[in-house]
Amino acid sequence: MSNRFFELASIAACATTALAVATVFLAPAPAAAQTPSAKLLAAKEGAKDGAKDGTKAWTPPRTPDGKPDIQGIFSNASVVPLERPKDLGSKEFFTKEEADAYEKAAMSRHEIVAPGTYGDVHYNMQQFGLEKGQTKVAETIRTSLIVGPEGRVPPLLPAAQARAAARQAANKGHEFDGPENRGLSERCILWPNEGPPMLPEGYNSNLQIVQGEGYVAIMQETIHDVRIIPTDGRPHLPPEVHQLVGDSRGHWEGNTLVVDTTNFTNRTAFRGSSENLHVVERFTRTDPDTVTYQFTVSDPSTWEKSWSGEVLMTKIDGPIFEYACHEGNYGMRNNLSGARAEDQKKAAQK
Amino acid sequence: MFRMQNRLETLSITWIRIAAAALFAVVTAAAQNAAYKAPRTADGKPDLNGIWQALNTADWDIQAHAAAAGPVPSLAADFAIPPGTGIVEGNEIPYLPAMAEKKKQNFAQRFTADPEVKCYLPGVPRATYMPYPFQIVQSRKTILISYEYDGAVRTIDMGKPTPAPVDSWMGWSVGHWEGDTLVVDVTGLNDKTWFDRAGNFHSDALHVVERYTPRSADTLMYEATIEDPKVFSKPWKISMPLYRHVEKNAQLLEFKCVEFAEELIYGPLRKQPRGGR
Repeated sequence: MSNRFFELASIAACATTALAVATVFLAPAPAAAQTPSAKLLAAKEGAKDGAKDGTKAWTPPRTPDGKPDIQGIFSNASVVPLERPKDLGSKEFFTKEEADAYEKAAMSRHEIVAPGTYGDVHYNMQQFGLEKGQTKVAETIRTSLIVGPEGRVPPLLPAAQARAAARQAANKGHEFDGPENRGLSERCILWPNEGPPMLPEGYNSNLQIVQGEGYVAIMQETIHDVRIIPTDGRPHLPPEVHQLVGDSRGHWEGNTLVVDTTNFTNRTAFRGSSENLHVVERFTRTDPDTVTYQFTVSDPSTWEKSWSGEVLMTKIDGPIFEYACHEGNYGMRNNLSGARAEDQKKAAQK
Repeated sequence: MFRMQNRLETLSITWIRIAAAALFAVVTAAAQNAAYKAPRTADGKPDLNGIWQALNTADWDIQAHAAAAGPVPSLAADFAIPPGTGIVEGNEIPYLPAMAEKKKQNFAQRFTADPEVKCYLPGVPRATYMPYPFQIVQSRKTILISYEYDGAVRTIDMGKPTPAPVDSWMGWSVGHWEGDTLVVDVTGLNDKTWFDRAGNFHSDALHVVERYTPRSADTLMYEATIEDPKVFSKPWKISMPLYRHVEKNAQLLEFKCVEFAEELIYGPLRKQPRGGR
């Protein structure tokens, strides 16, 4: 298969979105480009030093039924990578100056696409999408989304490595045989940002939280899925029922929504996970424009120990647009028909 | 005497008016079950929170229809088409002549052309009466409706009405309260969704006004006015009750039907014989 074909394949997931994001562009921009204010950082530092300088703790608003109000339209776009770059070692936080410089560099680092090329016309997310350089991004001094001195996903256990290798081996040479051979996101079944845990995407990291009495609903723009989290203390689904996004149960601890998710499938494979994946998330409104999102993932059949991360969700103007991924999945059709054309060409050469 | 007669006439007219008004009120009350007052949310609005589902066969055909065999004879009774009395007021859909022909074509191609068979987003009002539950999550500013089918979702903005910024599958919904009734104005719908598996369809000029009225603790009345001057000669109405899922710990489950539709959509592009995972 030619290099160009692989290139096409690798951007197949984007193919579906090109139309969707182009549509978004016809409408008022959901989130205007904004320079992140220093407010968040100040608030963070204030909270950290609160005991020393007597900064008052901010009291989050309540819903009419008295629960902490974490509602709104947010972006969890981030310039911070999930895993800490190795050269930073155990340095978990930048100084403010370092963080500013890092963010400035990251925000100006757009996808580099040669002008006039196919990629430039179709897949330039700076032009046709809302990649992070054009989105409001919460300011942070973290060096990685994963917290702690290691700042990286723990190594896969041998059993998990074997699972991943078996998956890869089974598909080797058959990558374009049919839709089942492609990844879940390319098939518009599940996108990695949906989680849980909900991690930032390269673009369209937009979500809306709506609270009804006894429920918290989280709608993610990509790919229009909703997590409805009951907060009434009910048990998880029976163990026989597995779902790609698992089964979420929530409860309130002070100002924090704590969500426990189990019942995953073995196809979800979050960073090599199995159906035993267990995710605990914590949502806390830490200032009027910010929900601090913390997560801990564990899976005894995948990692020796659990690992945790933190992402800031920052309020944006909205609205959330409809991301009809499957309905516009020309990428899948084009990839498969391209592969069949290659097959024919090869057969003719024999 | 003249004055007296005149006064009597006025009186009797007044009485007729009062009687007519009373009768009208009774009829209206019967129709809307106005005697029922819905429980309130903490902010004083009628509480529509819950998991709801239509119990009819409108998704097969919104008009009255007898039972019929399913598309695949070997699947026998399991996939037969269930009968129904329809949800269209008066049963007739006022198609413009040329459009009635298009509906017939849709019907003939329904097993491959229906957006539902391809697991596409269902649009409004169809999402309401598909044979799957949906959940209303109600806050003061936003009412979110999550549909089990295909993870379809829409949010209803309860603030100042805004025009649809762009067409979409699920449309642009703005809502307000009229007494106990949630009234939702839906525009910005694309021309790709259908009303049912029988090929009833619309254009991108579709305008739907929905009314959700609580009629008892566990039922809502759902009414929708359908307007589309490109396809219909006049507006028409559908209505049906919606029932609450009262079972303990009811919840929407994952119904990601995309992979069930891949064979239909991409089957001819598959390598034969199949390999890999």
